[in-house]
Amino acid sequence: MSRELFKFKGGVHPPEHKAESNGQPIHPPPLPRKLVIPLRQHIGNPAKPVVSVGDHVKKGQMIAEADGYISTAVHASSSGIVTAIDMQPVPHISGLPDLCITLETDGRDEWIPHDPLDYQAMAPADLRMRLRDMGLAGLGGAVFPSAVKLDPGAAQTFPTLIINGGECEPWITCDDVLMRHHADETLQGVAIMRHLLGSTEILIGIEDNKPEAIAAMQAAAAKVDFAVEVVMVPARYPGGGAKQMIQTLTGKQVPSGKLSNDIGIQVFNVGTTYALARAVHHGEPLISRLVTVTGHVLRPQNVEVLIGTPMHTLITLAGERDGTTGVLMGGPMMGVPMPNLDVPVVKATNCILVKSAELFPPLPKALPCIRCTRCADACPAELQPQELYRFAKAADFGRAQEYHLFDCIECGCCSYVCPSHIPLVDFYRYAKGEIWAREKEKRAADLARERHEFRLFRQEREKKEKAEKLAAKAQAKRAELAAAPAAEGAAASAADAKKALIAAALARAQAKKAEVTPKNVDHLPPDTQHEIEEIEARRAKIRELARKPLEPEDKP
Amino acid sequence: MPSPFILDRTSVTQVMAWVLVALLPGIAVYVWIFGPGILITLALATVTALAAEAAMLKARGYPAKPFLTDLSAIVTAWLLALSLPSLAPWWLIVTGTLFAIVVAKHLYGGLGQNIFNPAMVGYAVLIVSFPVQMTQWAGPLELTSTPLTLAQSATVIFGGDIAKSTFDAVTMATPLDALRTGLLQQHTVDEIMTQSIFGHYGGVGFEWLAAAFLLGGILLWALRIISWHVPLAFLAGIWLTAGFLHFFDAGRFGAPWFHLFAPSVMLGACFIATDPVSGATTPRGKLIFGLGAGFLTITIRTWGGFPDGVAFAILLMNLCVPLIDQYTQPRIYGGASKPKEPPA
Repeated sequence: MSRELFKFKGGVHPPEHKAESNGQPIHPPPLPRKLVIPLRQHIGNPAKPVVSVGDHVKKGQMIAEADGYISTAVHASSSGIVTAIDMQPVPHISGLPDLCITLETDGRDEWIPHDPLDYQAMAPADLRMRLRDMGLAGLGGAVFPSAVKLDPGAAQTFPTLIINGGECEPWITCDDVLMRHHADETLQGVAIMRHLLGSTEILIGIEDNKPEAIAAMQAAAAKVDFAVEVVMVPARYPGGGAKQMIQTLTGKQVPSGKLSNDIGIQVFNVGTTYALARAVHHGEPLISRLVTVTGHVLRPQNVEVLIGTPMHTLITLAGERDGTTGVLMGGPMMGVPMPNLDVPVVKATNCILVKSAELFPPLPKALPCIRCTRCADACPAELQPQELYRFAKAADFGRAQEYHLFDCIECGCCSYVCPSHIPLVDFYRYAKGEIWAREKEKRAADLARERHEFRLFRQEREKKEKAEKLAAKAQAKRAELAAAPAAEGAAASAADAKKALIAAALARAQAKKAEVTPKNVDHLPPDTQHEIEEIEARRAKIRELARKPLEPEDKP
Repeated sequence: MPSPFILDRTSVTQVMAWVLVALLPGIAVYVWIFGPGILITLALATVTALAAEAAMLKARGYPAKPFLTDLSAIVTAWLLALSLPSLAPWWLIVTGTLFAIVVAKHLYGGLGQNIFNPAMVGYAVLIVSFPVQMTQWAGPLELTSTPLTLAQSATVIFGGDIAKSTFDAVTMATPLDALRTGLLQQHTVDEIMTQSIFGHYGGVGFEWLAAAFLLGGILLWALRIISWHVPLAFLAGIWLTAGFLHFFDAGRFGAPWFHLFAPSVMLGACFIATDPVSGATTPRGKLIFGLGAGFLTITIRTWGGFPDGVAFAILLMNLCVPLIDQYTQPRIYGGASKPKEPPA
């Protein structure tokens, strides 16, 4: 605990509301009649189904396989029969359906044979492949395929491994409870990560509002045969964000536009670490996770939940109350409102937060910005939110990018402190979405223009060729008349000239394309690509809504 | 509705209310030193400001309630009232307040949109248009034999007749006026400072008023409503500029402490230059803004046509804000120190 900590700038400290749910024991998983398991639960390509409707599957059986390097498999969370492979509502801000496999559970909850792995004896690449097939993805919220993050690649090693037990969002306690009850297995997961990444410095960061979790993790850390430091960090939102945790623990900042990999640091959520240990030592693929069910319910608690369980099952379990005004997936700062409660729990679901008018009063109407810069003081990305707001509002997206719009992590601190109650983050999401859409359109337009230019060039060339051909023909005729051997050479040089012309034109087109290539939609990290897809989906939904006549607003 | 779903308990009304509370020590000292006349000025400016605000909101098609209750109009009214001479006639107060609210605030787009501090625009219009009336300062009670009662003050402000001898007995040149006049008459600073109007650092009484405004500023800083950057830089700008001149020629230039302990400087540093709407937003920008305003204040006091320069200095710096902000963008998390070049 003697470690020097570094303060990240900004941040807020909203009421924690952790005590409601963190004192209860973990509730075992309820087994619903029906499980709806989305194929896109992670960043990257959605999994490809490997079962058909009517198949009987066992608990833990792979039902969809990873598609490509950045992808991961999906498994049956219980035994039963595949009744549908189709589009179903999923927990996503767009409210758009996505491809899911629906299981009718048989109630036997019958496992596949467990196949633990001797990870130290396996080649790292094989081990990673197995982890991908076990469906491991980051459980801190970003659901990035873990096998990819466990690949040090060309760097060979990640000197620093950070296990993130920050859990800074109000209300959420699943990581807290996990650490209290499963500290030893979490440390086993750390050992596997250390093995794959070759890390020499291992830090477990936990906010100081979780003393029980800190004690449990320290006790577990004392038992392992490698050096690991459990570090208590001050509770301040968004201190559990990966970038903020890195700064708090190491004093280093992830360079803008880069990943922590670039500075030799890899960060995993404690839930992922635990899931890794279950996968390796027990042969259990990722088919369940801890979910905090809290807010306006009778019995707030943490539940081990089978992936695909409908959210209403959990709200019923925790005791539904009158006066519910909506449900969030995640916490109040970054959570996503759920369109309905039939949507399933997915790998990214850390919390189901039930709202009421008392706990979450409707937000007051916004007043104009008075440039007080409280947002700038609160911004952990050290941006100038008041300027970004001004540019976004004026649709001056170029200036917004100049002022680092894309470094915004959408943590919501600015909106939280704004005395004018401006929904600032909304404006940034809107601006980002517009910029991506415009660059996409611009690319399409560039492509069309290039095609058109090439067509003109081709027509011109064909005309020239025709003329040349005619000329050549005439010359050949003349030459034939004069002397037969001279004709061959002339024809060959004409063909060469044509080839050179085409090559030059292609090179010009290539150069032009390179010149106008936009900078935000190229070489994107997969999570940004994922974000773009989400925004595209939202835009599609908005367009769809815009076409429909106005209907009275849905009751919450 | 998207995230976040919770808000800190804060509002524009709360911010403005604290600014008004922070002005109360200054107002109390004002009454104690100059008599209760200021209360009439404050009330008149408040009523005028609220009426003008309501009328302009209606004319611009904005809802009256959220904007009238944000208290920003009252802040403008009080800042202007506290800048005006204590015996200014009623029409001067009304004209200045109307100009501040109607032109400087609403014609620029209302709350949050004004480039210039409205109170200072009102003040500047008055001092340029009515320089004589803008000198009707009551002297500190310590120096006037027969202080005006509330009723007498009201009579003066509303243009009623009081005996000329009474009026002349209570009005006095302010310390800054005295310094200016003295210097014009080729006296040295030391000679001028022997006049009874000068106290320990600033003017008799005036220096206590300055201290009370400073106290209000410290309160706002402690509440995190203002940051230390602007007030400290403003005071440093005053002190350094005046100090440099005084060091250079103590006979012709007032002492830095004298300049610092003028009520206008403390009111300007803690309440007016710190106006977020018309001020710089970046930390370095705030320092430049404050230093610049301090430097210009002394420059105008020394070589300008008016005895005090706080209002013009702040208005001139208001003009520079977009430029200052643009060139003082701070380094972001994980970023290079300068903003990227705009995309082509």
